[in-house]
Amino acid sequence: MNRIVPTLAVLLLAAGCSQGPGATPSPGAGGGLPAEVMQVAQERGLTPDDLVAAAKTFMPTGKLDPYFIFSSGGHSGQVHVIGVPSMRLLKTIAVFAPEPWQGYGYGGGPSRVLKEGNMPSGKELTWGDTHHPGLSETKGSYDGKFLFINDKANARLAVIDLRDFETKQIVKNPNAISDHGGSFVTPNTEYVIEGPQYATPVGWEYADIKDYKDKYRGLMTFWKFDPMKGRVIPEESFQMELPPYWQDLADAGKGPSDGLIFCNSFNSEMATGGIESGNPPFEAGASKNDTDFLHIIDWKKAAQVANSGKTETVNGMRIIKLPTAVAESLLFLTPEPKSPHGVDVTPNGEFAVVAGKLDPHVTIFSVDKIRKGMAAGSQQKDPFGIPILPLDSTMEAQVELGLGPLHTVFDDKGYAYTSMFLDSAVARWTLGGDYDKLNPEPGWTLVQKLPVHYNIGHIASIEGDTATPGNGFVVALNKWSTDRFANVGPLLPQNFQLLDSSKPGEGMKLLFDMPIGFAEPHYVQVMRADRLKPFEVYPQVGYNPETNQVDPKAVTDPKKAGIKRNGKTVEISMPLIRSHFTPEHVRVKQGDKIIWHLTSLERTRDATHGFALGGYNINLSLEPGEHQTVEFVADQPGIFPFYCTEFCSALHLEMVGYFFVEPDPVANK
Amino acid sequence: MSRWLSIDPDLKVVLPDGTLRPMSDYEWPTVVLMLASLLLTISLFVPYWSLTMKAPQYPQGLKATLYINRVEGDVAEIDGLNHYLGMPSLNEGGKIERQISFLAVVVMASLVLAAVLVHNRWAALLALPSIIFPALFLADLKYILYTYGHSIDPQSALGQAIKPFTPPILGEGKIGQFVTLAEWGPGLYLTMASSLLVIFGLYLHRRAYRAVAQARKRANAK
Repeated sequence: MNRIVPTLAVLLLAAGCSQGPGATPSPGAGGGLPAEVMQVAQERGLTPDDLVAAAKTFMPTGKLDPYFIFSSGGHSGQVHVIGVPSMRLLKTIAVFAPEPWQGYGYGGGPSRVLKEGNMPSGKELTWGDTHHPGLSETKGSYDGKFLFINDKANARLAVIDLRDFETKQIVKNPNAISDHGGSFVTPNTEYVIEGPQYATPVGWEYADIKDYKDKYRGLMTFWKFDPMKGRVIPEESFQMELPPYWQDLADAGKGPSDGLIFCNSFNSEMATGGIESGNPPFEAGASKNDTDFLHIIDWKKAAQVANSGKTETVNGMRIIKLPTAVAESLLFLTPEPKSPHGVDVTPNGEFAVVAGKLDPHVTIFSVDKIRKGMAAGSQQKDPFGIPILPLDSTMEAQVELGLGPLHTVFDDKGYAYTSMFLDSAVARWTLGGDYDKLNPEPGWTLVQKLPVHYNIGHIASIEGDTATPGNGFVVALNKWSTDRFANVGPLLPQNFQLLDSSKPGEGMKLLFDMPIGFAEPHYVQVMRADRLKPFEVYPQVGYNPETNQVDPKAVTDPKKAGIKRNGKTVEISMPLIRSHFTPEHVRVKQGDKIIWHLTSLERTRDATHGFALGGYNINLSLEPGEHQTVEFVADQPGIFPFYCTEFCSALHLEMVGYFFVEPDPVANK
Repeated sequence: MSRWLSIDPDLKVVLPDGTLRPMSDYEWPTVVLMLASLLLTISLFVPYWSLTMKAPQYPQGLKATLYINRVEGDVAEIDGLNHYLGMPSLNEGGKIERQISFLAVVVMASLVLAAVLVHNRWAALLALPSIIFPALFLADLKYILYTYGHSIDPQSALGQAIKPFTPPILGEGKIGQFVTLAEWGPGLYLTMASSLLVIFGLYLHRRAYRAVAQARKRANAK
């Protein structure tokens, strides 16, 4: 132990020097670190690597993280925002599930957004399974404006506005029940793509599994996005039928591959399961063949075909049927190693990397070769007549990485990082072609495998799925944490591990474990924080985040506060500011319809108020300047205090009023 | 400087008794008084005074910046805090002053210009308002701050918790958890500079034209 200390001093000195400008030199003997650091290291048994990791990730109070993780919240239905490198949870964005502290789903505007996503039958959905966040892009790079996320369980897509980090729209896919390969965007966010997963009959038709090949289809949905309105326009969106091969992840091309979408599949066997009847279970049936099919879709051409009317409209959505897609040469297949997960386009758009989770390789496809194959066509067809481009004609290279490669991201040094599920490792390997000169190793070579803890699923690097990736960090999204954290019972947190990828070659190191005790995230994207320009407070008093403008019913002048009765409808205009609601006495009669307008007059950052009405399941979050309207029927007589649920001021407890609901003797008989 | 201003030292003025005096003696007071008038005019567009209030929960502080005719800055937030004391809005303070001040400064600046044309002792009277203006401003500000700090409503939420106060017109003070810092703005310094220039200009002005008066006396005595 004593021998470690001098080593520590040397290493820490080096670490201290590498902190860059702005770092405060530490006091201590000989300009090194204080002896206390050595003492702490000794007491806690910290290695030099541990101390360097701590120095690289610790964020002193008031210092801000330079990167944001936007993480799917898995079956919590939400999105989580995490700072890098501190790995601090900054915020949970309510998306598909009610979130009381954000007033999401408890009256007011957010409740209407949540309701938009109900089933076409009107069946209420109060959760989602968020999988793949997709940040909006301009020219293939994140533009910091919007975030999209899919709900695998119910085939829905949500739009989050990054000016206020709030969900603005949920669209229910009218013809699909589940999705997976979404959301991801085309290079200028022309379309947000929601790819399918488990094939079903299209548009709620009923068909037995015996008719799987004839009736079951995958549906890729191209949601048209209007960046000015910040909304998906369902009327201008379209869908494309795909064979029932269980499409998985997908990615849009960029640069030379712009206009194409790559999407893999893992049940080209068309296994239909039925373990209970002695049939091979899905897990075996869908893994029988050595290869599945990488789908290549010409989305630009598909948009033209859709707009020229060669579609069938089902439940209000235009669908390009599979025979049309074949006839118009919109869809091609090429074999890929069996049961793959990720297909990821390299930053320059020249290659698509497929990781077959039951194959030890990553397979790299050449966009140039694929384009040539598409132009030449192919005599080889699948059972639906879709041309198959032979593997040897489209493949550029294969790199053997090990067991269970899943998903790949990139950096700006020509390295690719692939998550290795079975190996529980991150594999760093080199890209070839133009990337070869960016690092010391030869192209298409495995460089390093770093163990992670445990069962890594997705992986992310700094803007690592864009045309302009960064450098320095990789995040391993581990499904299991097993022994990494204190025991909190049999349901364990997931483990996000931050890796230092700033040094080339075998220099990758583990920095930090972040327990994710709030559901199972799938994919995350990491964006430079300086791309974001969020509101500090809403730009004007009375701003309605639902419409992004001042609400006509906003009460911006406290003198206009009041209660107006019109028959059995009571309209309350209520401004609020520290520490009072105006008015404080609201008298209505049982059975009245209540329309309650609330406007925060606050202009100060963080001066948020809540509005809770006990007994009526109402709780709003009114951020500075925000306006919300909540409507309900005063069906329960009694006296209900309403109060502020965000500790706003020294007189926060006094920020209260009474809602008097006078009993209706007739109704209560 | 003199050449650039076309104040030529070799040009002379003939006084009534025939004696000569450099023309620059008559140009300089005009230049100085015009400059004083100009500074006063510029002060209309820059802050006169500011009060920064710092508290732990306001790391950037809250700042009210006083122009000659308006208050800018975190007025809404300061008003919001002050309502706990039942105090009037910042915009209620010095209402009359703020209504007339812009015009008053324009008039003062014009009177200084007018003083250039008046060659007797009355010139001093015309320029007097601009001389005493900075002191007047500070006295009035003190009065407004006193009135403001003593308008706490005992019925208000914190009316009993905070004693009446007068924020200093310069330097640090303390109100509740706030440390206040009062600073003089460029506008106020401009009026002070203007005031000094007017005094200096009047001195030059008087010196030049007293010589004329004396020469006239001598000429008449002949």
